[in-house]
Amino acid sequence: MLNRVIRLIIKEFLAVWRDPHSRVVLVLPPLIQLLVFSFAATHEVKNVTLGIYIEDHGRAARELAARFHAIPRTFSRVEHLNSPKAVQRAIDAQDVLAVVHIGPTFSKDLEAGKSTPVQVLLDGRKANAALVVQGYINRIVQDFAAEWSMDKGRFRTPRRQIMSSTVVPRMWFNPNLSPIWSSVPALVGILTNLVALLVTALSVARERELGTFEQLLVSPLRPMEILLGKAVPAVILGFSEGVLMITMLVFVFRLPFTGSLLILFVAMLLFLVAIVGIGLFISSLAKTQQQGFLGAFMYMVPAVLLSGFATPVENIPEWLRWVACLNPLQHMISISRTIFLEGPNATVAMNMMWPLAPIGLVTLTAAAWLFRKRME
Amino acid sequence: MSANNTAQQRRARVRQKGGRLLRIFSLVRKETRQIVRDPSSILIAFVLPMVLMFLFGYGVSLDLNNINLGVVVEAQSPEVGNLVHSFQSSRYFKVRMARDRRDLEPLLVGGRLSAVLVIPADFTERLHRGDKNPVQVLVRGTDANTGELVLNYIEGTWQSWLVHEGINRGEAPNIGIVTVEPRIWFNEEVESRAALLPGSIAVIMTLIGTMLTSLVVAREWERGTMEALLATPLTRGDLLMGKFIPYFLLGMLAMGLVTAVSTLVMGVPLRGSLWLLAVVSATFLCFALGLGLLISSVTRNQFVATQAALIVGFLPSFILSGLVFELNSMPWPIRYLTYLFPPRYFVSSLRTLFLAGDVWQVIVPNTCVMAMFAASFLTMTARKTKTKLE
Repeated sequence: MLNRVIRLIIKEFLAVWRDPHSRVVLVLPPLIQLLVFSFAATHEVKNVTLGIYIEDHGRAARELAARFHAIPRTFSRVEHLNSPKAVQRAIDAQDVLAVVHIGPTFSKDLEAGKSTPVQVLLDGRKANAALVVQGYINRIVQDFAAEWSMDKGRFRTPRRQIMSSTVVPRMWFNPNLSPIWSSVPALVGILTNLVALLVTALSVARERELGTFEQLLVSPLRPMEILLGKAVPAVILGFSEGVLMITMLVFVFRLPFTGSLLILFVAMLLFLVAIVGIGLFISSLAKTQQQGFLGAFMYMVPAVLLSGFATPVENIPEWLRWVACLNPLQHMISISRTIFLEGPNATVAMNMMWPLAPIGLVTLTAAAWLFRKRME
Repeated sequence: MSANNTAQQRRARVRQKGGRLLRIFSLVRKETRQIVRDPSSILIAFVLPMVLMFLFGYGVSLDLNNINLGVVVEAQSPEVGNLVHSFQSSRYFKVRMARDRRDLEPLLVGGRLSAVLVIPADFTERLHRGDKNPVQVLVRGTDANTGELVLNYIEGTWQSWLVHEGINRGEAPNIGIVTVEPRIWFNEEVESRAALLPGSIAVIMTLIGTMLTSLVVAREWERGTMEALLATPLTRGDLLMGKFIPYFLLGMLAMGLVTAVSTLVMGVPLRGSLWLLAVVSATFLCFALGLGLLISSVTRNQFVATQAALIVGFLPSFILSGLVFELNSMPWPIRYLTYLFPPRYFVSSLRTLFLAGDVWQVIVPNTCVMAMFAASFLTMTARKTKTKLE
C-alpha cells in the first residue's frame, strides 16, 4: 500500500512539475511578490505635500510656517497658497493632503496673549493619512506654542513646562518600526498558503475535466490513498517554498531570527496541512477547474483580509472576530512574526501554535468525507 | 451592367455586414447562455462582490480600538490616579494594571499586550520638576503599522490628560494659546470605512474582470471547443467581441450592484454624478477584461491562467493601488512600479467620485491613463489570439 501511495505521489509531482508553465508559475511569482509586496506594505505617512496659506506677515506666523519646512521626511514639499480658491483647488486635485491656514490676526493675537486658532484642512479621501498628518501638525503647533510662551517670559516657572512634556517611546522587537520587518514574515504565510492552495484546489477538478480521474478510480488505489497522493506533494511544495523564503528573509532582508527554527517548521507543517485540507475540500466539491479556482478565491480573499497582514486583527469587531480565530492564516502570520522578531519561549510558541492542529484536523476530515462521498 | 454590378456588390456587402453582426450576435448569445448555465459566473459577478463589500465594510479597518494596554504604577498619587483613569475611560484601551513592570513585559511577546505604560515611582515629583519625559512607553513593534498607531493613541491620551491637569490647577490661560482647528473635507467623521469602501470597488472589479475572462478562453482551448469555433467563418475580431460583450455587460451589472450596496446599505455618499461613475468604471472594466482575455489567450491553460490572474490581478490591486497602504511612503522603485497598475488610477477616481464629487482635474487624467491601458491590452489580445492551429 505504501508503495502504491509513493508512486502516486511521484506521479502527482511530475504532473505539476512537467508542465513548464506551471513550473515557472509556482516558483518565480511568489519570490517576486515577496520582494515587491514587502516594501509596499506600509501605513507610514511620509513624502506628503503640505499646503500653507498665510494671511499674516507677522513674525510669529513666519516662525510657525518655517517649522513645517524643517521636517522634509514627512513634508517633502511645502506649497504656499495665497487664496481660498487656490486652497480649494489644491485639495480637490489632490495636489496637497493638508493645508495649514494661519489667519490675518495670528501674530497680533499672540503678542496680545490672546488665544488664537490655526485652521487645518485635510483631505478625508485618504482618511488614514489625514489623521496621521493631523497628529503631526498638532504636535508642531503645540511645540511652537509652548516655546513661544516660554520665550515671552510669561511662563518661566518650571511648572509651566509640564505642558511640553512627552512620553518616551521604546519600540520592542523592531526598534526602528520598520514595516518590512513585519510584512515579510507575514508574506511567508500568505505566499505558502497560495502555493499549497492552488496546487490542491484544482487537482481533482482537473483530473475530472481531463477524464483521467476515471483511470484513478479503476486502479487498485483506495480513496484515502488517492487523497494522500494529492495532499503530500502539495505540503512538500509549500514547505520547500517556505524554506526558500525563510532563507531569503534571513540572508537578503537581514531579519533577525530570534526564535526556534524547529518550532517555525512544525507550525508551518501544521498550517500547510490545514490549507491542503481546505484545498482538497474545495477540489472535491468542484465539478470544473473554474469552480475550483473560484472556491480557492472564496477562501483566499477573506483569509487575507482577516489575517492581520494589512490591518490589525484587534480592529475587527467582536462579532466577526471568531472568523479570524478560525482562519489558519491569521495564526500562521502571528506565529511567524513572533518567532522571527520576539524570541518566544516554548510555552508561548505552543500557545500560539496549537489552534492550527484542530483546524487542520477538521479541514482534512471534511475533505476526506466529501471526497469519499463524491466518489460514490 | 456596371450599375447592376455595383448594386449587387453593395447588397453582398450589406449581407456580409449584416452577417457579421449576426455572427457576433449568435456568439454573444452562446456565451450568455454559458454564463447563465454556469453558476460560477453568477457567483463571481454577484456573490463574490457582496462578500468582499461586507469584509471591507466591517473586517478591514484602520480605526484602532480595544488596544491591550498594560499600565505599571510603581507608586500611587492623585496625579497618577487621574492619568490611569484617563486611559481606563478611553474607548480605545483595555487596561491591565500591575505594580511591577516585570509582570507585564513578558506579555508583549506574542501580543497579549500591545504596549506597556510605565509610570515610575518618582513620576509626581518629576512632573512638578518640569521633567520633559516623566513616563515611559514600551510598544510592541512586531507589527510596525499597528505599533505606530498605538503610540499615536497613547500620545494623544497623554496630551489631553496634560491639558486637563493644567486646567485643574488653574493654569488654563497658559494652555491652548494656539488651538488647532482641524476640518476634514469629504469625510467629516474620518471613518476609514468611507475611504476604504469606494476604493475596494477597484479590487472587486479587477477580480470580476480578470476572473470572468481569464478562464473562458483558456477553457475553450483546453476542451478543444476553440478549434470548433475556428472552423467557423468567425474572424479574430468577431471572436473577441463575442467574448467581450457579455462579460462587459455582466461586469457593469455587478458595478451597479456594488454601487447600490455601498451607498444605500453601507451609507457611503455618492457626491459625483452617476454617469461619470459609469464612464470611469466602464473604462476600467475594459482594462480588466482585456487583461483577463490576454492572459487566457497567452496561457491556453486554466491552471496557469488562474495563477496569472491572481498575480497580476488581485494582489496588486489590493497592495499596490493605494487602497490600504500609503503609496507615497513606498521606496521609489516600488512607487514607480505602481504607476503600471491601473487599479491605482481607479482607486483615486472612485474615492474622488464618491466622497468629493466631479473633480475634473482628478478624473480626466486618471480615465485617460486607464483608457490607454485598456486599448493596449485589447490590441495585444487581438494580436495574440491566433486563428490558426499550429
